Amino acid sequence: MASSQTWLLRPLQERSTQLFLGVLFGALIVVTFLHLFMPQDSALHVSAYTVTLLGKYLCYALLAVAVDLVWGYLGILSLGHGAFFALGGYAMGMYLMRQIGDRGVYGDPVLPDFMVFLNWDTLPWYWQGFDMAWFAFIMVLLAPGLLALVFGFLAFRSRVTGVYLSIITQALTFALMLAFFRNEMGFGGNNGLTDFRDILGFNLRSDATRLGLFIATGIALAIGYVICRGIVTSKLGRVSVACRDAEARTRFLGYRVERVQLFVFVVSAMLAGVAGALYVPQVGIINPSEFSPLFSIEIVVWVALGGRATLYGAVIGAILVNYAKTVFTGVMPDAWLFALGALFVLVTVFLPKGIAGLLQKRRKAKDDDTATGQEATA
Amino acid sequence: MSMFEQLANRDRVFEFLAPAASPVDVRHGPILYLEDVNVSFDGFKAINNLNLTIDDGELRCIIGPNGAGKTTMMDIITGKTRPDTGSVWFGSRHNLLTLSEPDIASLGIGRKFQKPTVFEALTVFENLELAMAADKRILPTLTAIMKAEYRDQIDEVLEMINLKTLRDKPAGILSHGQKQWLEIGMLLMQKPRLLLVDEPVAGMTEQEMERTAELLTSLAGKQSVVVVEHDMGFVRSIARQVTVLHQGSVLAEGTMDQVSNDPEVIKVYLGEEA
Repeated sequence: MASSQTWLLRPLQERSTQLFLGVLFGALIVVTFLHLFMPQDSALHVSAYTVTLLGKYLCYALLAVAVDLVWGYLGILSLGHGAFFALGGYAMGMYLMRQIGDRGVYGDPVLPDFMVFLNWDTLPWYWQGFDMAWFAFIMVLLAPGLLALVFGFLAFRSRVTGVYLSIITQALTFALMLAFFRNEMGFGGNNGLTDFRDILGFNLRSDATRLGLFIATGIALAIGYVICRGIVTSKLGRVSVACRDAEARTRFLGYRVERVQLFVFVVSAMLAGVAGALYVPQVGIINPSEFSPLFSIEIVVWVALGGRATLYGAVIGAILVNYAKTVFTGVMPDAWLFALGALFVLVTVFLPKGIAGLLQKRRKAKDDDTATGQEATA
Repeated sequence: MSMFEQLANRDRVFEFLAPAASPVDVRHGPILYLEDVNVSFDGFKAINNLNLTIDDGELRCIIGPNGAGKTTMMDIITGKTRPDTGSVWFGSRHNLLTLSEPDIASLGIGRKFQKPTVFEALTVFENLELAMAADKRILPTLTAIMKAEYRDQIDEVLEMINLKTLRDKPAGILSHGQKQWLEIGMLLMQKPRLLLVDEPVAGMTEQEMERTAELLTSLAGKQSVVVVEHDMGFVRSIARQVTVLHQGSVLAEGTMDQVSNDPEVIKVYLGEEA
């Protein structure tokens, strides 16, 4: 039992985490190599387009890990995590907007194009500071974290849980979507923020920047995974599971259930924010559709498919479903939602523990085999 | 006395300065004190002018027919239900009516529920680990490290509740009786001053019952124990002092013999008392 370590280092000693990180970094290196060193016409060459696509999947994977942390281990089914993802994305989008400077269509050195278009003459107060990268990057964590803190404080204090909480989170993201659709909000209305030029001085359209963003996303996923794993393998993680399974009992043991929930919820929202922030420069746009309730439900489907309360299951689910989505929407776009629905139903009926459950079962069967084998020889 | 002098008066401990977990004051004898407590649910009086005193170190059995208000009484003591009127004191310093459930738990009141609720997804060991008396705020819990001395404490309790062989098995696979014991074990890990035990032997075999009786009697003296139980045989085997509840108030109090010869009690139990 590697329990004498500090919580953040403990996961690094686990075999499952080592395996996960090994596969992740291995994939990053292979993709980088194939992108940089394979000739363009080779079948093995990974194009910049594919690199960015993979980067997008990794953002989704980080988002799925964040959702699995609250759903799998704390029992809070959030149907509004898209809101935290989008807020992180908007914070990054605002930074990228300010980086455009006077290269916009209207050439205003300070105001983004859409503000000039709306005849605004000064920058709103909440856009101040976003020209500085460090400020924007702090806001990437702070904006979703603060929303989660206020929302969670109110919800958990009133002991709202279960289906009711899910519905409220859904309402939260829907309300934010409507708000961000309004031009008066100052976030570009339904067009959102787009037309980005560069990030930290690197041209967003160059292949090297795209590769850099892809690698940064992979590293963010690794860090996010280790943080989550650190939490769930700590005593606090076991308290979370206790809250999930018997909330009242946990309270009588002297734990403040609502604070546990709040803490984990805020951490999860921040991770979702980071995922959103890495997503925006890679897809080149952020608009209110990221707040749509449907997107938040889709995230939950990824996690369910991959397997709840495993973390790596969420990663597998997010990547597989989104890969399927890319393929499917290319072939027959209209059928995608039906396919997703069918997939969800099939998995809930036949694989209640998702793909991760399947893997665990197989491994356990193997362990049992060797165990009985050993007994037989002994 | 001027304001300044008042503040400078060093004999006085201001309430906001006193640590929340100040020790329980039992110099006057009772550890738990309920006075004129009333609770009604939608007009139904679950607790009706209840007066009850538990002395420090006492083992008290509370019996009574269904609906007598036994579980409601436990709910009041642990902060789950707030009474309409009355006062509830833990020692002579802590007013339980002003405290939340976790506060009451960390003051040293542990409760075992009627239906055993253990954390089924966690192992027996982990169940006890979570129950262990410790700093239960968020960051200390996150950074908590399993020290050898904690492990010894847990193993000691595992020994007491006879679950050593099932240490690393998920609590979900335990039998009903074993879950009851695990719950008692979790109570012990909390190092409570007062244990509230709701129907500890429900669903236990004769042997298990005997062991439970032994365990509970061995605790009394060091800790105060309040046992709510239906099983008269079990109550007879452990009880020194018995309180009979009926319709939300105390009907009789005394030793088991006194109580079981009380005509009022016989009337209420009518045949149940064999």
